[in-house]
Amino acid sequence: MPVAVFFGCAFIAFGPALALFVFTIAREPLRVIILIAGAFFWLLSLLLSSLVWFIAVKASNPENVSLQKGLLIFGAVFSVVLQEVFRFAYYRLLRKANEGLAAISEENLSPISVQQMAYVAGLGFGIMSGAFSMINILSDSLGPGTVGIYGDSQYYFITSAFMTMAMTLLHTFWGVVFFDGCEKRRWWVIAAVAALHLLVSGLSFLNPSYEGSLPPAYVIMVLMAAWAFFSSGGSLQTLTQVWMCESPFLSILLYSGTTPILHKCQGVAILWN
Amino acid sequence: SESGQPSLLLTCLHICPLPGVGCSSVQQKIYVQLNKTFPCVRLLNATHQIGCQSSVSGDTGVLHVLETETDLDWVLSSGPNPPYVVLMVAEHFNRSTMMKLKGSARVAGVAVVISKAGPAQGFSPHHSCPNQNSGVYSDSYGPELAGCNVTVWNPLGNSLSYEDFRFPIFSLHEGEEADVIRKCFLDHNRGVNGSDPAYPLCAMQLASHMYAVKDTATCMRRNDIQSRFSISPEFVCDALADYNVWSSLKPLNNSGKGHLDGESVVIAATRLDSRSFFWNEAPGGESAVGGFVTLLAAAQALRAVVEDHPPSQNILFTFFQGETFDYIGSSRMVYDMENGKFVIDLDNIHSLVEIGQVALHRNGQLWLHSDPVSRRNSSVRSESTALNLSLSVAEPDVSQPLPPSSFQRFLRARPIPGVVLTDHMSAFSNRYYESLYDDAEYLNVSYPSGLSPEEQLEYVTDTAKTLAEVATLVARSLYKQAGGLDDHLSSINADPKIVTQMLYGFLVQSNNSWFRSLVSPDIVKNLGDPVKMPTWLVQYVLANFTGTLRNLTQTQCKNPEDLEGESKDLYSYFWVQGPVPPNSTQGEGYCVRAPVRLVKAHSPAFELHQYSSRDYSTWTESRWKQIQARIFLVASRDLEMLTLGVGVAVLLVSLVVTYFINSKADLLFSSSRETTSTAY
Repeated sequence: MPVAVFFGCAFIAFGPALALFVFTIAREPLRVIILIAGAFFWLLSLLLSSLVWFIAVKASNPENVSLQKGLLIFGAVFSVVLQEVFRFAYYRLLRKANEGLAAISEENLSPISVQQMAYVAGLGFGIMSGAFSMINILSDSLGPGTVGIYGDSQYYFITSAFMTMAMTLLHTFWGVVFFDGCEKRRWWVIAAVAALHLLVSGLSFLNPSYEGSLPPAYVIMVLMAAWAFFSSGGSLQTLTQVWMCESPFLSILLYSGTTPILHKCQGVAILWN
Repeated sequence: SESGQPSLLLTCLHICPLPGVGCSSVQQKIYVQLNKTFPCVRLLNATHQIGCQSSVSGDTGVLHVLETETDLDWVLSSGPNPPYVVLMVAEHFNRSTMMKLKGSARVAGVAVVISKAGPAQGFSPHHSCPNQNSGVYSDSYGPELAGCNVTVWNPLGNSLSYEDFRFPIFSLHEGEEADVIRKCFLDHNRGVNGSDPAYPLCAMQLASHMYAVKDTATCMRRNDIQSRFSISPEFVCDALADYNVWSSLKPLNNSGKGHLDGESVVIAATRLDSRSFFWNEAPGGESAVGGFVTLLAAAQALRAVVEDHPPSQNILFTFFQGETFDYIGSSRMVYDMENGKFVIDLDNIHSLVEIGQVALHRNGQLWLHSDPVSRRNSSVRSESTALNLSLSVAEPDVSQPLPPSSFQRFLRARPIPGVVLTDHMSAFSNRYYESLYDDAEYLNVSYPSGLSPEEQLEYVTDTAKTLAEVATLVARSLYKQAGGLDDHLSSINADPKIVTQMLYGFLVQSNNSWFRSLVSPDIVKNLGDPVKMPTWLVQYVLANFTGTLRNLTQTQCKNPEDLEGESKDLYSYFWVQGPVPPNSTQGEGYCVRAPVRLVKAHSPAFELHQYSSRDYSTWTESRWKQIQARIFLVASRDLEMLTLGVGVAVLLVSLVVTYFINSKADLLFSSSRETTSTAY
């Protein structure tokens, strides 16, 4: 049943993005606008980089395979660089917008913080990047056949979906970290984001040996998640606080009668409040 | 984008030069299109539908190559992954195997690999008694001769072409595509050490969805509804129709229809068409080409005497189309003659000579068949003995009916004296009647290796020599029959050279220099490997043989009305390219005037709107949108369900985690809160 593959891959690739959108963005019109504008900026960067690559390809000899591969690598590197440039441009735009929003609001305070804008912008980049990676593949997964007759791996659809999911989340985390680095004028952060982006993109050239590209991408994603968490105001304390005190875990503890932890949580809660 | 596969783009570069024009590079990775395939299509008549049908987007099945009986059992009962698409070589394409596959629900389609030579024992997918119900023998006319009671004309016939299959059947020739399919099967579909083969498996999809169903009356009714109520009508079927070619030794005035006073005509008839199990593939070497090439050569041979010593009666050369399908062409001509829509009518016919299958005669022996019911004490018999030729002609001993021939339709209307000339005494000598193997090789039209196409065109094969002798015999008999004098018989000789050129053109390669010089310049591009619809080509060849060159320009040739000595009523005018001089690419162009005409070969049943007629042919061919075949790999159901399961799990987990993090967001991200920016 090829429809099963279609829905499975669609959910894998876009499940986290959909969840993030539904719960954190859909209710706030301002965040929706920032999301869509972010997607548009990514689209612009793709358009420009693909134009450059297209011209380079047309001007070159199509028979020369190594030249074409070289042009592809050049195209990918140029695209990564251009995406980061557009991310910076979007950051500048959002800063300007933030000042404007603060000016017109009643309390002279912007309704949205830079961290939130960073997260939404990153998610916008991620969703559009995921769409462009995955939609073509999804439409072909509806046919009766699967990849493999020319010797490619039959897990093509699944691995593409997982890679897309990783890229979407990576873009979100890079957005957060990037904007934070710009705010605090830490230029090495921007360079690190660009370098990691180049690394993940370069890993995809190792395909079809998927063990070379997918696990490292996921490792980098976990690391980036941690970095984004810490740079957006999280800390180990808040993590344990939420994990221990506010989770269903706590209710189990309460009912089992281990009160010392409850006192500790209450103490912390009093401190915060 | 960077998460794509780089090799994809490379393939895209090489195969999809124009991005966005319906080319998906992922599709290139999945499917292998098979381009040189021939489908079997659906045909309908008054009572039945025959042929093959597929579902709208095509039928997909796991590929299995049929080589032995165990393979057949695998497909029909023991294979674990039904449905199957069966790939078989032509030896297995026989009635017993196909009937077994037809009755099974585990078969999604069949692909037949056609080799050059047919099975040694012969193969004919046609009926064993061709055109049984549309000939002259019926309950009211020679009932003991009807239904092949006396002679079974096509004993090797297995009626496979007239079965109704509910799955698609395609054919392909031996070559690259067949090798690719076999390689795919060997790589993926054979289990290791006798175990079941593991997924992914190689599969094939055949798409040949036919729109018409049930019978001609139904599809004609649906056509009617479409044309009346739809803004852009989509017809579901078309009647089989083409043109008959006719020419006369002395020109007849085409504007006068009906009975022509004082005219007595000997008709020389033959048929132009053939068929096979698959659509648009009908070499018809012995069944059609041999006959009409002979008649064309005879027409050319008679030219020698037509100027100076014309016979007292006229000779009408007629080439009927559609005879395979219940005599479409000849029934239409008889109908036109009965209703006064043709230049002559049935009373003008003196006698009829038909050329049947003549190319496979053994030891120079030919046979003359006549109708025992209406046999007259006519002079036809005596004239046809050999006239100083190495051929001998005899009549079959028994009181045998006529073989399937256009003459039978004339007999249905009027008891006209006539004979049918064939190379078989009783059953056909053609062991591949109406099949794909009735081709140049079967007729022994073969050339020594190392000849260029032009040299092959000129090389006179033995077949050509014997057919030329038959043509000479026919021409001389016609001349005598039409009242010509014996003294001039020796000057009537068919030329083996043109016979071999015609055989080369109609059986091997029609894009040759001689054909190119005969046709008009804008039709030259339609020539190409044996031409599928020879009607127009026969018309031009006949024009060349019976016509004369006129000194007219191209515009004058198109409209010769006002010119002296030219008459569009008596002749047709053709602008032909002419021989190409050595230093240029196009011929100069000449105007040829010939008494050659085309008349519609469209069954009278459609004129009369009698779509369930028993008297006339009611054959129609279904319409279709897309015919394609491709192979690819299919994944196991388990992997597909696993993908879906993983997807749903990822979605649910991410929903839960996101909800949870979102509800605790202010606590989680609170440690570096700044007072200047608020968050909630």
